[in-house]
Amino acid sequence: MAAQNESGGKLSAVLSPEEQAGKDRFEAIIAEDSRIEPRDWMPEAYRKTLTRQISQHAHSEIIGMQPEANWITRAPSLKRKAILMAKVQDEAGHGLYLYSAAETLGTGRDELNDQLLTGRAKYSSIFNYPARSWADMGAIGWLVDGAAIANQVPLCRASFGPYGRAMVRVCKEESFHQRQGFEILLELSQGSEAQKKMAQEAINRFYAPSLMMFGPPDDDSPNSKQSMEWKIKRFSNDELRQRFVGMIAEQVKVLGLTLPDPELRFDEETGQWIHMDLDWEEFKAVIFGNGPLNAQRMERRREAHRDGAWVREAAAAYAAKMARKTEVA
Amino acid sequence: MSTQKTDHSLDSFGDSSASATRVTPGNALRPEDIAIQKAVPSEANAQYALRLGDDALILAQRLSHWISRGPELEEDIALGNIALDQLGHARSFLSYAALAWDKTEDDLAYFREEEEFTALHIVQQPNGHFGVTIMRQLIVSIFQHLLYTELLKSSDETIAAICAKAVKEVDYHRDHAIQWTLRLGLGTEESAEKMRHAMEILWPYVDEMFKDEPLYDELGDAGVRPSTLRAAWDEEINAVLADAELEIPKTGSAMSFGRQGQPSEHMGFILAEMQVLARKHPGATW
Amino acid sequence: MSEKNSAWPLWEVFVRSSRGLSHVHAGSLHAPDKDMALRNARDLYTRRNEGVSLWIVSSNDIVASDPDAKGQFFESPQGKDYRHATYYTKSEGVKHL
Repeated sequence: MAAQNESGGKLSAVLSPEEQAGKDRFEAIIAEDSRIEPRDWMPEAYRKTLTRQISQHAHSEIIGMQPEANWITRAPSLKRKAILMAKVQDEAGHGLYLYSAAETLGTGRDELNDQLLTGRAKYSSIFNYPARSWADMGAIGWLVDGAAIANQVPLCRASFGPYGRAMVRVCKEESFHQRQGFEILLELSQGSEAQKKMAQEAINRFYAPSLMMFGPPDDDSPNSKQSMEWKIKRFSNDELRQRFVGMIAEQVKVLGLTLPDPELRFDEETGQWIHMDLDWEEFKAVIFGNGPLNAQRMERRREAHRDGAWVREAAAAYAAKMARKTEVA
Repeated sequence: MSTQKTDHSLDSFGDSSASATRVTPGNALRPEDIAIQKAVPSEANAQYALRLGDDALILAQRLSHWISRGPELEEDIALGNIALDQLGHARSFLSYAALAWDKTEDDLAYFREEEEFTALHIVQQPNGHFGVTIMRQLIVSIFQHLLYTELLKSSDETIAAICAKAVKEVDYHRDHAIQWTLRLGLGTEESAEKMRHAMEILWPYVDEMFKDEPLYDELGDAGVRPSTLRAAWDEEINAVLADAELEIPKTGSAMSFGRQGQPSEHMGFILAEMQVLARKHPGATW
Repeated sequence: MSEKNSAWPLWEVFVRSSRGLSHVHAGSLHAPDKDMALRNARDLYTRRNEGVSLWIVSSNDIVASDPDAKGQFFESPQGKDYRHATYYTKSEGVKHL
């Protein structure tokens, strides 16, 4: 059976008795909605899918620090500066929680980082858009983090234990991110004309990219089905996008601003939100490196890694020296 | 795939989320509380709080640049924590000083000119490479730790209260700087060379930290004369540097007078970046 | 090559959230040595007052049971319900027992 081979990740059609037992147990655990833990037997494809997904998620947190970190030094009040600093720092933390989960699957941080720096790994395309104004800090918090949370909450129940646990931690911390973003926009929308304009423009720029964060429509998302069978994903891309659009359509009213989508309406008959067509060609172009800032984001990451090499080496050398000293003593 | 054999799977021990993400804000003194308190500082005490606040603010501004640029992600977080602590101290001191002039922390941070700032030149120095930042941290955090410890006895209750929180945080900053100084001083030849370079460019600004100024005559027991901290600072930093096998360079002392409204050349750039948005929208709330 | 040598090892972090509770595994991190690992753990896993104490263990030093032998390894307690108080039903209703 081809499907079995695929999920088993083995080229040979015949599994050894141990593998067969592992596979049976894996399937039983998934079926009873329990959790797979790192040392359990798992299909190679499951391991690969998760390593890819978790590390992409981690990379997104790390690259996602940049557009906001750029505004820390220019934040317009000391309170906002503190909040933004704490938020960007959280993102580094979330990246680390996720790398930690990914490493339990057998790929070290070095390798994962190398995949990012050499362009072999992807990250969320939205971070390749520029954060031009202060209001973008609001739009990123409200829309981008909002979409991320909608994606992440169901992942707290992902079938792979370490991923689910990392997501619980991330989600708890993330809830402040969306609120602070919303409050930035709220302050701006109640401020001067110039501030209000700044807020509206930021929403205009981040609306469509944030909807695209849920991934391609279900009929064009080949990996989704398998991920749902493995209970990594619990809802389809479109289901999550629906939920998100419904939420922000209400929230934007509190801001007294608008979403840049003339087609947006709730269809009573189907119980679905109708939104404008999203430009999936643009989405793919950004994913494949041609967004406004892909090159800049990557170079900043590489630069930090390069500039830090001597520090990492020195610390490792010091640790080795101390270890030798202890041995002698 | 040998890593698969190593057990990274401690995650399988119990529910890590159950207790480890408990969120409590604690009950520390916050700048927001100070901004609405009734006790207003005297002019001299406000000037003093302004100096402490300016040092912390400019240092926080410098350190915050490291977030997303550290040598390792763990260090992004560590430096971010230190920057946040310093920003918190700055906000408390500035909020307090502002009470004397019917202003806010943001008025003081965003709407003063370069020569109205009172920060020491050492905190204005550029981040440079990681070693420069660490050496600047070592110099400043040992100083701040000694200063805030003494200020726990300040006759100004608000200053003493701010320092009560700050001194614990600065103690950690000092520890962080010491740990890295040891690792970089003793790590590789390259790292030791970089630390020597860092000391050469920073040491000219050390003496300024310990200069007394006429303000201290008015402060009485509210403040601490920095000159009285010198011996303890020398002793402490010498011990660390000896452990790290680093020698204090024979550089002279720069004519730096940050306390008298004579900022370094860097200050213009620091403020241009920090103040640009706030100044574009005077009177706006954020 | 030097890059490979300078890769920092992995450490497991356990957090005690308040006095009276056990240390609970929180996750892992990379650090050059145990002293830095402890500090990094403080910064990474207790930013929101989550802990009053930390344990750090080198990931390589963890000894774990083999999940493939789960059956045999954890079979023995199965069925020995006389190890639980609920097994003893005849004394039900007797106070303070």
